Amino acid sequence: MSIDAARPAPTAGAVAGSAAGSARLLAGAQAGVGAASTPLLSVERLRVEFPTRHGTLLALDEVSFAIAPGEVLGVVGESGAGKSLTGAAIIGLLEPPGRVAGGEIHLSGRRIDGLPAAAMRKIRGREIGAIFQDPLTSLNPLYTVGRQLVETIREHLPLSGAQARERAIALLNATGIPAAETRIDHYPHQFSGGMRQRVVIALALAADPKLVVADEPTTALDVSIQAQIITLLKTLCREQGTAVMLITHDMGVIAETADRVAVMYAGRIAEIGPVAELIHRPKHPYTIGLMGSIPSVIDERERLTQIDGAMPRLNAIPPGCAFNPRCPHAMPVCRERRPELIDTGSSLAACWLHDASVAGTAALGRQR
Amino acid sequence: MNTIATPACTLSTPLAQNGRPLVEVDGITKVFDVSAPWLNRVLERKPRLLLHAVDGVSFTIERGETLALVGESGCGKSTVARMLVGLYRPTRGRVSIDGYDLAELSGPAGQALRRRIQMIFQDPYASLNPRWKVADIIAEPIRVHRLLAGEPAIRERVGELLRHVGLASTDAARFPHQFSGGQRQRISIARALASQPEFLVCDEPTSALDVSVQAQVLNLMRELQKQDRLTYLFISHNLAVVHHVADRVGVMYLGRIVELAPKRTLFATPQHPYTRMLLDAIPDVGMTGRSRTPVAGEVPNPLNPPSGCTFHPRCPHANERCRVEQPLLQRAPGGGQAACHAVEEGRI
Repeated sequence: MSIDAARPAPTAGAVAGSAAGSARLLAGAQAGVGAASTPLLSVERLRVEFPTRHGTLLALDEVSFAIAPGEVLGVVGESGAGKSLTGAAIIGLLEPPGRVAGGEIHLSGRRIDGLPAAAMRKIRGREIGAIFQDPLTSLNPLYTVGRQLVETIREHLPLSGAQARERAIALLNATGIPAAETRIDHYPHQFSGGMRQRVVIALALAADPKLVVADEPTTALDVSIQAQIITLLKTLCREQGTAVMLITHDMGVIAETADRVAVMYAGRIAEIGPVAELIHRPKHPYTIGLMGSIPSVIDERERLTQIDGAMPRLNAIPPGCAFNPRCPHAMPVCRERRPELIDTGSSLAACWLHDASVAGTAALGRQR
Repeated sequence: MNTIATPACTLSTPLAQNGRPLVEVDGITKVFDVSAPWLNRVLERKPRLLLHAVDGVSFTIERGETLALVGESGCGKSTVARMLVGLYRPTRGRVSIDGYDLAELSGPAGQALRRRIQMIFQDPYASLNPRWKVADIIAEPIRVHRLLAGEPAIRERVGELLRHVGLASTDAARFPHQFSGGQRQRISIARALASQPEFLVCDEPTSALDVSVQAQVLNLMRELQKQDRLTYLFISHNLAVVHHVADRVGVMYLGRIVELAPKRTLFATPQHPYTRMLLDAIPDVGMTGRSRTPVAGEVPNPLNPPSGCTFHPRCPHANERCRVEQPLLQRAPGGGQAACHAVEEGRI
């Protein structure tokens, strides 16, 4: 087993660099899963790089996290933070020339990074389902949705054609498509955007996967449809006990859906912890700024919190903490040494403010 | 950020401020002909197809006010925006700016009127010419409207505008691709401000931006509004953003305004069932772990809208009257207006 969850939690303030050290928070105690249970998915020190003419770009830099069975982990971040890449690396669909350059990915205890393409194809669909942003591009326009569903089901499950079709209809029914018996023979273009995304969800769940990687599943949809799809994803996964890695830039979606959240910044996890903690008591200055910059229909403010500047490009990531040029609390150490995830009591934050050994500054972070 | 001094050659504003709202929109309708080509229609016996993108929309905007229009895709909000700046000509109805009909004025008077209206588009990647330098992009309205004479004066003014939106004057020499999305949207705003407009139509100005950058742009727009006393029409599908920027909000559904109310009224006591549904549907960071009441159905095809109230197939309060008779905007409790029979009859 990759993550040794039984290992005692680190003493407060210790640099919890290895994912194993902070299994209590990383492995989703929040989802009601005992700390002793093994995670379904564990990602350890994952590095993804893109070789280019001007040198190698490190797009993911030692990303570690775990997902417990049945848990919903939200992954948020701005464009270019590496959230979609993390998802792509897990399902083995990194676009070349991108490649996993280090670290390990384990699914149910089995190492799945670096598997041959054929073996990975068996895992995709069977054990990991995938939902992408644009339902139109994830369906083949030349085949009826029924044919695509039956093909997926028969690829992974030992069912006859008729049984597979029955299952496909049941899946379409479960995703709330009216008149599934007739709709199954329609082509993707005959469905509306929301209905198409339902078909994609049915496809992702066709072979009862243990994990679904959903990359911006509602971004292309209107708000009223968005709500339907989120509710559907939530109920179906709860019923089947499927774990979900929900990648989105919409903090509102995360707030309502996820058990835990990972906030990504410039290819690293800035903070990870239970959703309520991250939203109401964020610890990393970036998370604090991000939460303040989101307009809400509940409170009324004259100005939104503003994080000046923009996320650095991959070829210009500053030394030390990547957030230091934009951080209001930056200290000399932030410009020199990169912080690892540190236990703040409620979440893990990669920030020196929460390191007791950086003397006299820890109090600053708690002011918030 | 320094305020902009009015350039010497100014645009005398002959148009008197007579206490009327700056923008008056009266029953504008836009019908698009989306029929197949003539030959196909004849051979395949297809009828003409008319799409009523906007159907009888009326509202006013006071000076210095922000009116937001919200709605889902295809509800006609962008078409309204385009009619307000004159990119589309309304099929019926009229748009008046400061009492002058936008469609009637032509020639120099029309140009003088159009100078006072500018637009900010959604996609900062598509709305800036990639082969023009920022200096030329921002100077274009100045040159078109002949606001300043001589290159040095124009260059000076472009620098001023760039500083006004939080960029550096030296950025004028760069090309759009050298800027991030948020910076590009600042350039769009600088270009819109170059002709010293009074009325800005903003069509989803932050939808393509990340949240932290969106916050920068929204803060900037609010500062500019205060400094320059701008009037905004703000189009968005994001209710949280609308809640942040608007004074009044109009909710659109299938080409019509179904509810129009001051912001606080609308968010506190929404009247129209569609508004209630939208407010219920939005995911919000303040609502961790909320279990939502999912809304049934989707927006119908605008080519073949339902009879009566177009919302009736999705409405939990619909009755026979709703299926037959189209409701009109009427005073509703709380000081707003709603187009709903159930609200009018006090059924909800």
